[in-house]
This record gives sequence, structure tokens and C-alpha cells, in this order.
Amino acid sequence: MCKSVAENDSQNSQLILDAIAALKDQPGALLPILHKIQNSLNFVPETAIPLIAKALNLSNADVHGVVSFYHHFRHTKPGVHVIQICRAESCQSMGAKALEQHARQILEIDYHQTTDDGQFTLEPVYCLGNCACSPSVRVADEIYSDMNTQKFDELLKNLHSRSTKVEAL
Amino acid sequence: MSIKVYVPRDTTANARGANEVALMIEQTAYQKDVDINVVRTSSRGLYWLEPLIEVDTEKGRVAFGPVSAADVNSLFEQQFYAGQEEHELCQGLTEEIPFLKNQQRLTFARAGITEPLSLDDYTAHDGFKGLQNALKISSQQIVDQIKNSGLRGRGGAAFPTGIKWQTVLDAPAEQKYIVCNADEGDSGTFSDRMILEGDPFVLIEGMCIAGLAVGATQGYIYIRSEYPLANEVFAQAIELAQNAGYLGNNLCGSDKTFHLQLRMGAGAYICGEETSLLESLEGKRGMVRVKPPLPAIEGLFGQPTVVNNVISLASVPIIMHQGADAYEHYGLGRSRGTLPLQLTGNIKQAGLVELAFGSTLRELLDTFGLATRTGNKMRAVQVGGPLGAYLPESLWELPLDYEAFAQAGAVLGHGGIVVFDDTINMTEMARYAMEFCAIESCGKCTPCRIGSTRGVELIDKIIDPLQLSQREAHLQLLDDLCDTLEDGSLCAMGGMTPFPVRSAMKYFAQDMEKFND
Repeated sequence: MCKSVAENDSQNSQLILDAIAALKDQPGALLPILHKIQNSLNFVPETAIPLIAKALNLSNADVHGVVSFYHHFRHTKPGVHVIQICRAESCQSMGAKALEQHARQILEIDYHQTTDDGQFTLEPVYCLGNCACSPSVRVADEIYSDMNTQKFDELLKNLHSRSTKVEAL
Repeated sequence: MSIKVYVPRDTTANARGANEVALMIEQTAYQKDVDINVVRTSSRGLYWLEPLIEVDTEKGRVAFGPVSAADVNSLFEQQFYAGQEEHELCQGLTEEIPFLKNQQRLTFARAGITEPLSLDDYTAHDGFKGLQNALKISSQQIVDQIKNSGLRGRGGAAFPTGIKWQTVLDAPAEQKYIVCNADEGDSGTFSDRMILEGDPFVLIEGMCIAGLAVGATQGYIYIRSEYPLANEVFAQAIELAQNAGYLGNNLCGSDKTFHLQLRMGAGAYICGEETSLLESLEGKRGMVRVKPPLPAIEGLFGQPTVVNNVISLASVPIIMHQGADAYEHYGLGRSRGTLPLQLTGNIKQAGLVELAFGSTLRELLDTFGLATRTGNKMRAVQVGGPLGAYLPESLWELPLDYEAFAQAGAVLGHGGIVVFDDTINMTEMARYAMEFCAIESCGKCTPCRIGSTRGVELIDKIIDPLQLSQREAHLQLLDDLCDTLEDGSLCAMGGMTPFPVRSAMKYFAQDMEKFND
């Protein structure tokens, strides 16, 4: 469980270099590389930027500019579970505002923040294509429909028990 | 022979428990020793009935829904698998459900019927017939068919697809590209997702035909990151099509070539705008390009490029199979064929409604949607996504037709329809439209980048009870600001944000007063 920071860092940079090596020859390789890194690490570490820039013959600023342009890419490590709440119109028509407020209150964080125990990160999202059954929430690759405050609390409980089980192993 | 039970595999069906239901049916069948084969199909798009499971009978498929895992036991007790219709969740023959029966399904002909990743299923349901026809004729003849069909871009801009293809065909270049815009970011839409997850081969076929039509050998599909299942299914579909010779060199044994690669978006709404999408594909920030040059002349990597929406490309195979006339036969005025509408938000019967152009919004709301989900009165309807106008009841008689909507200062867009009940405050929705623009603006032009933030501030002032005396002046300023956005923005993001803002402020002006207490 408790790897040293240095050990983690060197693992990460190997992973980043592998992602770059695998994809750099594709036309327009930057987004695929960033996706591959975030898929493994859940974020794009600052240390990746000069490595990618060098491989693609770009400036650090170019790469940083792309990472920061897209909402999908995170700059810092998120919590164990990233909870995305849809803020778009269809979800608003079914009470997404109350759901957002409830989520912030119960988790005691705002969007783009992580709970103190490192369990949950809250993010806004603009449409998950589940608009026939709004409001929608996404956690990892699962979409949850017809959300309300009660179902949200149950979801939190389930996610929490899932991560305590993992820790117990 | 085992009995086939169909359970959809689709984001919304799964979100409502289809995976659990499928598993429960398999387990219960095993325990009760009933020989059942669970087939995961696409969704019919009757989302309020999901998970909608179906069984084969002599009369056709019989539907049960919405089924939860807890209902499975009682379904078995009443022998649903034998086509017994006693169970309270039985909806009768699927094809007879009015919501489905009253549609004209062309692009979505296979929705809910076939297994998304079965090439056998696809070919058994007219798959690749359009491509076979296209391989027999010249590029110009393909383009002519598409022109004659009257197909217009289904992404929202409604530009004639055939004319776009002609431009690319006529542009001399070593390398041309087909780009499929699957960055379906509009709230209230999911028809692209349904194709990607439910009928991926029709899109691959459409892209191949587009490639043949303009002489492009490489295609890219840009799917948004908010659609994890669509990305997964479509990646598998590309691999299957490649292995079966429907992609790659020697397309279907011919001397033609078409390669296709999937690229994932990264959560930027603006990348649904075609030039911004091209920038993103090139590995850059999704900044909108100045037009001209049009992408058809200088598109991806500076080469002539067809950029088409999923539904446009997915409508191509049926046109090439049944002929331009058959498709053109549907519709009204200059809006030909069918439009897959998506009925969403606060509506009882939400789902996909594919209709020929020409019925009215009210028919759609009353006949298909029935009422709100909350049981309150329907009050406002936003058509065409976050850049579409909010329409009050007085405008619901509008025919669903590109020109009629344009005349009313509204847009049909990608066919998304979001219904709101009478608890909504429309001034808040106007504020949200400005806020969304501020969050999603690419930042290239000033009216959109800064105007949107000023718009939020202005609406805050308008609803501030302490600034009531200046309200008229602030409203005037907001109106001026909207003019600036409309006239001074490069693309539809800034140019059309005034649509929801102005309509919400104009038709629902009384909502401003609700902040006075």
C-alpha cells in the first residue's frame, strides 16, 4: 500500500514514456497520449509535460495549453471515486440543481475538490447522453439515472463500502 | 432450441438496470431449468420502459417493461418466456406500442432488433447493401444520389450533405479525409450515442460510402469522452469490420481502400463545432478556425475533408440501398427524409422519435410524450440543444422543419427536445445559457469569451431586488450584448447563445419578478 513517493514517481514516468513511445508517430498524437496517461494514472502529472513536448517537438507551453483547454484532463490526482454530476438543461429540468447542492453539502466540497479522506472528487459534467432519464451521474464508466438526493446517498454508501473492501484485501 | 430473450445493452438501459436484469434472467433460467439464451440487443429508444425485455413469439416480439431484477422471478412464474402476456409489465407486441408504431424509422430501422456487434445480424437486416451499390458506381454518381435524396446535415447546421461532398470530390488532393463528428454535446440528445452503441456498422458503412464518394482513404471518428460505452462498442466494431474486409485495403474485395480510426474527445463542448474538432484531431486546443477556407477545401491537416454528423452518415446506407427517391419521399419543403428527435427532460414518455419532417412540436409532445414526469403543467420546451430557443406553449404549433423554426427565431438543431414543467424559473435558465457559454467558449473571439461572462453579471443585476430601478437599463444592455454576440462571433457558440437567453427573457419575462421577495 505504502510505496515511497520516489518509487511512485519513477513508475509514473516509465508509464508516461511508454504511452509516448506507443502513440507518438500517429498524426495528431497529443490527445491520444494524454488519454493513455490519464487512463492509467487518473490525471496528467506536471512531469509528463516536458516529456511529451520533447517527443512531439512542441514547447512545454503548447502541451500545457492543450492539457488545460480540455475539461477531461486533470492536473492533480483525484480521489478514489470521481463523481460527475450532470449540470445540463435536461438534468436541470428534473432537479439537478438540488442534487448538486446536496452533493456539495454532504461531501463538504465544491466542484474540482476532493474530500479530506481522499475518497471522493466532485466534478461537473455537461451531458452524459442519458437525458431520457435525468438527472444523471457518472462514476468511473458507470452512468446512474433518475438520480435524487436519496439515491445519491445510497451511491456514496456503496462506493465507500467498495473502497473499504479493497483496503481490507 | 433455446428461447431467445432480448435485453438491451445501451447506456440508458444499463443505467436503469439492464445488466442486472440480464444476469438475473440467466441465473433464474438455470435454476428453473428453462433453456433461455439472453441476447443483448440495442435499445428501441423507448426509454421510459427500459429495461425493456422482449421474447420471440409466433406473432412477433412481445415486450415487458420496465423490468427490474426484482421482477424477474414473477416473470418466470408467469412464463413470460413462452410469450404469456399475463404479467403486469407486459406491453404486448413491441411493434404495436403506439410510441413505436407511430414513427417512421429509417435510420433507426434496426434499433432494438439486432445485436450491435453481430455482423451476421447486420447483414441479415440489409447491412452493407448500400455499400455494395456504391462500389458499383462512380464517385460522381454516389454524390448525385446523396444530392437527390435532399439529405441535410443532421448535426444542427442542416447544410446539404451532397453539396459538401461535391466540394470535396472536386478538390484535387493526394489525401482527403472523412471525419465523423460524434461529439454529441447538446443536452437532450442521444441519437448519435444510440447509433454508436446500437448500430455501429451502419455508421462504418456510411463512412466507407462517403470515402468512395469523394476519394478519401482515411476516416476519423471523434467520439466524446462522456460516452464510455459508445467508445468501447465502436472500437470493437471497427476491429470486427476490419477483420471481415469492410474496412482497410480491398474494401469488400474491390480495389478501393478506406481506413478508419477512433479518437476520443476530452470534454470540450466546442469541439462539436467542425473546425474546432479538426484542431482537436490534430492534437491542438479546440480553437475555432476562421472560415473560409472551408474544411471541404482545407480541413484536417490542411487537406480536403468531409465533416459530417453521425446521423447524416448513418442515413447514407439506406439512401444508397433504397435509392434517393425513397428517402426524399419523406418530409416537407426543403427538409427531406426523417429526423430522429429526442424527447427528454421532464417528460413522461421519453425516448427516440424518428419522424418525417413536418409534424408539429405539439403533436410530438402530446402524442409521444403525453405529459410531464412530475405531473405538473408543461411550460417551456428547449429545442436544439443549449444554443436553441426556449419555446412557450404559444409556439408549439410550429412544424418540425428547418425553415419554419428558423423563421420563428429558433433552431431544430440535432433534434434534442427538453421539456420543463411550471416549477422552472426561466430567468435562471437564461443565466445558465450565458454561464455555459463562458465555461465552454474556446476563447478565440471577444464577444463570446468576455460577453458571456458579462451576460451572467448582467442577469445577476437584473434579478437583484436592490437594483430594481435600473432593471430597464440592464435589460437594454443585455439586448445590446446579445446583438454583439450574434453579430460578432465566429461560430455558433457565441452566435447562438442569445437564442436561449433572449427567448427565456422575452417569453417568460414574469420569472424575473420571482427574485423580488
